[in-house]
Amino acid sequence: MVWQVLEGLSRDSAKRLRFVPGVVYVDEGAACGRSWEDRAKTLTDVRQILQTLGFPWHIVSLEEVFALPPSVLRCSAQDPVGTVGTYKVAVDSFLQQQRTLAAEGLRGSPSSAQGEEQPSQPCTQDSEDPVGPPPAAQTEALSQLFNSVKTLTAKEELLQTLRTHLILHVARTHGYSKVMTGDSCTRLAIKLMTSLALGRGAFLAWDTGFSDERHGDVVVVRPMREHTLKEVAFYNRLFAVPSVCTPAVDTKASEKASIHRLMEGFLLRLQAQFPSTVSTVYRLPLGPVSHPLRTSEKLVKAPRDGCAAGPRCLLCMCSLDVDSADSATAFGAQTQDFSQTPPPTPRAEAGAPAGPCCAAGLGGAPNCWQGTRPCGREGSRAHVIEQLCYACRVTMKDVPCLDPLPPYILAEAQLRSQRPSAEIQECLVENSDDEAPASGSGARGPPEQEGKEARAACDRINKNFFN
Amino acid sequence: MGISCELGFLNMAAPLSVEVEFGGGAELLFDGVKKHQVTLPGQEEPWVIRDLLVWIKKNLLKERPELFIQGDSVRPGILVLINDADWELLGELDYQLQDQDSILFISTLHGG
Repeated sequence: MVWQVLEGLSRDSAKRLRFVPGVVYVDEGAACGRSWEDRAKTLTDVRQILQTLGFPWHIVSLEEVFALPPSVLRCSAQDPVGTVGTYKVAVDSFLQQQRTLAAEGLRGSPSSAQGEEQPSQPCTQDSEDPVGPPPAAQTEALSQLFNSVKTLTAKEELLQTLRTHLILHVARTHGYSKVMTGDSCTRLAIKLMTSLALGRGAFLAWDTGFSDERHGDVVVVRPMREHTLKEVAFYNRLFAVPSVCTPAVDTKASEKASIHRLMEGFLLRLQAQFPSTVSTVYRLPLGPVSHPLRTSEKLVKAPRDGCAAGPRCLLCMCSLDVDSADSATAFGAQTQDFSQTPPPTPRAEAGAPAGPCCAAGLGGAPNCWQGTRPCGREGSRAHVIEQLCYACRVTMKDVPCLDPLPPYILAEAQLRSQRPSAEIQECLVENSDDEAPASGSGARGPPEQEGKEARAACDRINKNFFN
Repeated sequence: MGISCELGFLNMAAPLSVEVEFGGGAELLFDGVKKHQVTLPGQEEPWVIRDLLVWIKKNLLKERPELFIQGDSVRPGILVLINDADWELLGELDYQLQDQDSILFISTLHGG
């Protein structure tokens, strides 16, 4: 894909592309258990290719998820910083940059990394490259997280989620408005079937469509969507496109090791025996089709009205497909199950005031933080789980303890769960003011006291997480 | 007598020298070595890809044969190029190898 972008930007092409791209490479070696020496060798190869591109490039390691701010999980409707400026200015700067590149006589050789678009700023000096290994504590934490995940399916899903968050953060920091991924038709068909199996059927349009606007300011586009893997492989071979292959979490895994592997094997086998299967799978779930692209675009339209439409899943940022108020459904029952999972023992230890918090999961946060540690931890797992969509909840079932998760996820979960409880607390304070105006500080003491302690506890926790 | 003996020998396939290359991650199953110059011994029948695969499995494949070979063909998802042409155009498993052919196996699978 990067090679195609390079071709498109060259002076010789008939319809030149009009954007300034950058390339980001995410080093996931720690999640695969690779040593730093192996990873450094791969990075050297990647760097060699990236340097010949002429685009700004960013090499980030997956360990950097431990330094992400919770704001990465929030949908932002604003344009990312750095895209201010008129169209004319953008085109002028682009043309100037092209003249510079041509003068330097650069010839590109692409990589298999993902690409980013940036319509306004020329930033050849903006390349980002860490010089040494990431902090050992972060590498250790990442290894611990991935080793604690029980199934390969959950590992792959978690890896994908963290990678997406990291790329989103890089895009926002450097002012990129779009992220282009190199998913081919084959890869997307496999992803489609896998998503169905994982319970992400509601989000097929986002996950496999051409454009994915769930993040608001940064749009994920998939320009290679119409090309099969075979075409891409032949193209790379015939045009001598250099690439770097690195082991992934699922390298040398057997065919039934995860749902992803199973679906891949199934689809490729089907394609070998019955050609055109992949394109059929790709189009079929999107309904009766006159033109496949148009139909899939139609499916996307629900979230376009913006980020504010309803609560979002904490991890995948799709609209929550759960209705916790609806206890009559099987899913509603499952939701209640999660918040009632903590055993009664912590309640007994903490005493009466900690009673309601674990059962309700919402609105009792102040009591939790006054209570004992076990109560808080169970409550915090419930707080995280209840903010996930169905598919992410299923993934999290295979993560026995949520503590190894990067702090930004836990912090954002806390923040979201405590917002409603803070509102309820304020209401309680107001009501008690109304009910007993003449009795002085005695009768008003407890709720106000609890409200203050809740806020102090929130501040304390937020401080711990951000430091 | 001497001439007919020589003609009899000509029916046997001569030893072939071919270049076998692996890409797309498939080289991980072959100790990370991408290019192999192999000399196939002479045999009664001419060498076809089917025989080559058996030979690779016996001599080159270091681990996890099921990740490369399935049955008597390659695993679906592994592309085979013979002299930079798709093997489907050349008869797939029944293509007769020539001397100095270049066979390239590209894995398009995610898991190597």
